[in-house]
Amino acid sequence: MIEGILIGLTTALTLQNILMVMVGCFFGTIIGMLPGLGPMTAIALMIPITYGFDPATGLILMAGVYYGAVFGGSTSSILLNAPGVPGTVATSFDGYPMAQQGKAGKALAIAAWSSFAGGTLSAIYLLFMAPSLSKVSLSFRSPDYFALMILGLTAIAAFSSKGQFLKAMMMVVLGLMLASVGQDSLSDITRFTFDNMNLTDGISFVLVVMATFAMSEALTIILKRNDPTSAAKQVSLTELGSIKINKEERTKMYKTIPRSSVIGFLIGVLPGAGATIASFLAYGMERNVVSDEEKEKFGKGSVNGLSAPETANNAACSGSFVPMLTLGIPGSGTTAVMLGALLGFGVQPGPRLYMTNPEIFWSIIMSMYIGMVILLILNLPLIPYIARILAVPKNYLIPLILFFSVTGIYVMSFNNFDIFLMIGIAVVATFLRLYDFPMPPLILAFVLGGLMEENLRRSLLLSNGSWEFLWDRTLTACILATTILIVVWHIYKTFKKKN
Amino acid sequence: MNINTTKIISLLFFIFSAFYLYTAYQIQVFAFDENAPFNARTFPIYLGYAGLFFSGLKLILPDPNTIKVEHKNLEYKKTGILILIAIIYGATILKVGYFLTTSLFLFASYYFLGERRWVLMFLLSFPFVAAFMYLLHGILDIYLRDPFLQSIGVMG
Repeated sequence: MIEGILIGLTTALTLQNILMVMVGCFFGTIIGMLPGLGPMTAIALMIPITYGFDPATGLILMAGVYYGAVFGGSTSSILLNAPGVPGTVATSFDGYPMAQQGKAGKALAIAAWSSFAGGTLSAIYLLFMAPSLSKVSLSFRSPDYFALMILGLTAIAAFSSKGQFLKAMMMVVLGLMLASVGQDSLSDITRFTFDNMNLTDGISFVLVVMATFAMSEALTIILKRNDPTSAAKQVSLTELGSIKINKEERTKMYKTIPRSSVIGFLIGVLPGAGATIASFLAYGMERNVVSDEEKEKFGKGSVNGLSAPETANNAACSGSFVPMLTLGIPGSGTTAVMLGALLGFGVQPGPRLYMTNPEIFWSIIMSMYIGMVILLILNLPLIPYIARILAVPKNYLIPLILFFSVTGIYVMSFNNFDIFLMIGIAVVATFLRLYDFPMPPLILAFVLGGLMEENLRRSLLLSNGSWEFLWDRTLTACILATTILIVVWHIYKTFKKKN
Repeated sequence: MNINTTKIISLLFFIFSAFYLYTAYQIQVFAFDENAPFNARTFPIYLGYAGLFFSGLKLILPDPNTIKVEHKNLEYKKTGILILIAIIYGATILKVGYFLTTSLFLFASYYFLGERRWVLMFLLSFPFVAAFMYLLHGILDIYLRDPFLQSIGVMG
């Protein structure tokens, strides 16, 4: 492991990679701050640029964007009560009241320190857990992988759907259907191309991500510009206040941060759960463990109430890298986008990644530490200036997002058909989003589609066409049982809510 | 009559899944693969049935969380214009070239979204695209096709 850490440090500490983390954190913060634009959009916009670098550098850039976007989301939560990303909704519960009391600077500083601590602690957990998990996952066979993918897709559908499980499952199926377009990987038989040569190689992952996130996000913002219920609000930053945290507040944070980081990390590791659930759980748990006097302050500007979700959401970000790096199964929509980008580089994440490409595996882990430090150094002094970016007029922002999306596809294919296809998918996605059809399950399914078919093929061929492979191995059966538990729990929760 | 749009979307998805399933059955596989436990049409067939199952359930089951969209608050006209500009942009980018079409696309988009600060609009289109092109083409060495700039001798 020491050798791996050294390889990672050598790769991550090159001038180019440090610069990439800085650029990633900075752009991620800016994009994450803008309500409606989250880490997935930020990373999607970065993908075409990363193809100019080697895989390690490209992934380091994307990881920097990820942390930056999560931190940026907190800024708009605190200053505007308009979370830039779902993972920072819980941050607004106490961050916004604090800002209203003229302590916006302090709230942003608490958020920055908590994010830093949560991210760093979770990177340490990742450092120790990832290699051992990789060893365990070497015992995985095709049926286990197939079951694990079913679990990941079901979990993301259950967790990201806000009570609309069937809608999310429809999006999963749509994502898998889109992934099935083009040549079959084994027989080279073309499927669903309708004799169109442009579809022979399938639909590009970058195209689908750009269309369903960046472009449809931009179209949704314009569509809802005059909607009084939309989150777009005018910024009035008159008083930020001091960014100093006093001793009493520090003492409270010392207690909150360790427990919230553990929750955040563990939730992040689960496929599909991610930063949103982690931050809500950490907030809820914190409220239960503090004194009655402190409990009263929750929702009115509590330090614990702000620190807990901020620690947990950043810890969950690092946690979500565990299943991606060790099993090749993304833990969240954002890591699904990163997995797609890795596959684009020709790198296959999974248990053997840290043996075949140790420089990628370890440099990502090492860059997390560096990213957290840079995020703190970069963001804390820049808080008053960064906050002004919230006032960027939508008239400029939207065309620029569309421009980046089209450029991304243009530099990849030099093909009009791909641009039209992207616009078409973006229009459909915008319409679906209006009616609360979630997009992360679609992306995860699109990324996993090929791998899922491959593992099902192997499993069915090995078992001579029998579906018994689903319960022949204990591990496969356990994974499937977990999937069934998630579905049953979700149905029970929906039923309970209705009554 | 109040039509539930989610149900209409589910019905459309049901029809789409049926079409997908029909097309999946039409996939030509090799003769020796016809009766194999797994061939090129196996996975799509399962997907087709899954699509029918989930959209069918959504159609049949009651929908307590009906989403109400206030269409009168939505900016359909501006969104439509923006999509149209993007389509024109996509159609001309290869023939005319990256620099001119992108700059014009940005300038037109700012204008149709209601912006009238001409100097800022200009700065955030032509010089901005030039700088971005320099970053991609000049520094990152990512090839950008531009017949227009090539014809006037700016790009090699």
